[in-house]
Amino acid sequence: MTHHHPPADVLFDYAAGTLSEGEALAVAAHASLCSRCAREIAMLEAAGGSLVDVAEPMAISHGALDAVLARLDEPIVIAPRQPELDAETRRVVPKPLHAYVGRSLKELPWRTVGRMYEEVRLPLPAKGPKVSLMRLKPGTLVPRHGHRGQEWTVVLAGGYHDGGVSFTRGDFDAKDASHRHQPRVDDDGECLCLVVLDAPLKLTGTIGLFVNPFLRI
Amino acid sequence: MVASAKRASTMLAGQSLTHEQLGALVHAVAVNRDRAAFAALFQHFAPRLKGFGIRRGVDAAAAEELAQETMLTVWRKAETFDPAKATVSTWVFTIVRNKRIDLFRREGYPEVELSEVAEAADDGESPEQSVSLSQHGQVVRQVMKDLPPEQMKIIQMAFFEDKSHSVIASELKLPLGTVKSRIRLALSRMRAALPEDARV
Ligand SMILES: [Zn+2]
Repeated sequence: MTHHHPPADVLFDYAAGTLSEGEALAVAAHASLCSRCAREIAMLEAAGGSLVDVAEPMAISHGALDAVLARLDEPIVIAPRQPELDAETRRVVPKPLHAYVGRSLKELPWRTVGRMYEEVRLPLPAKGPKVSLMRLKPGTLVPRHGHRGQEWTVVLAGGYHDGGVSFTRGDFDAKDASHRHQPRVDDDGECLCLVVLDAPLKLTGTIGLFVNPFLRI
Repeated sequence: MVASAKRASTMLAGQSLTHEQLGALVHAVAVNRDRAAFAALFQHFAPRLKGFGIRRGVDAAAAEELAQETMLTVWRKAETFDPAKATVSTWVFTIVRNKRIDLFRREGYPEVELSEVAEAADDGESPEQSVSLSQHGQVVRQVMKDLPPEQMKIIQMAFFEDKSHSVIASELKLPLGTVKSRIRLALSRMRAALPEDARV
């Protein structure tokens, strides 16, 4: 059961199409695990549909229909290929992420960062936020840090506590520049998260100063 | 279904089609690759989609390209349309939204697959409880029609003109809080109008 959802603004912007690809990925991943938000998005998209209904029609050039009819039999250039994923990956990773993850979790090129967690960067446009999968061992205490921009986390497996609040599978954790925090991974298992980061982290403690060069988040 | 598609596809261009007629046309495209049905859909949607593109700040030629590419996707993906999940207009809205991002931003736009949610969401709602969302479009449409103009205006600016809440606030010379609360009011009207059991 998910307890933490994206802010209402974010769901609205998702439906309107104003989020970046990476942000939209985080929202889609959460909504795939949360029927409340999936329902809200369906409602907002229906609002978009009703705006199409009432949109002022603009004259289309002559021949536009013929031009499209002539293209109907064109072969489809690239059919989006669904990667082959093992059963564990399909169970844990929500569908919208599959094409980005591309491989089963155990075959991904995990990179260990600062002896603290493992990370795989997902292929998304460089102009947008940085999007990664992160995997942390049970009981890991992440050094206290703040943010220069927004940090969105969607928990895919396991869980963590942050400031007395529990985050588990499906939860959407939105932090912005005003937050400083120190999450601790729960003891009962590894934690796998999708993390969408708008700007580099800013570490605040002394451990932070030490880890900083390795973090490269 | 096919008979009503025939009826619908022979309707005169420019006449407004009902949700059922649009659904029958998409069905005819999906099942029979019916070009006449596609032409009727084109005549209904392409001028509206062009209008949508213009509102989004692209020039006429690019707006027409957006309309054409969107309709081509309607043809190619007709079999993915599920009348239990959305009305045709809602489905076309998500296609044009994503196509616009693809053409003008060169990005993808990950979508939620509603059919996967009930199963994956471990929140106590069994798939048996999942009731169709097909009424959503009609209910929401009615609510939108009755919205106070100041709420409608803001929703249109966000959906059609690709404007963030803060840009809308500065253009309308309103405090950001007012823009947000008008959106919140409009959405709570929609939620209130939807049936309790319209779960995903
Ligand atoms: Zn949610």
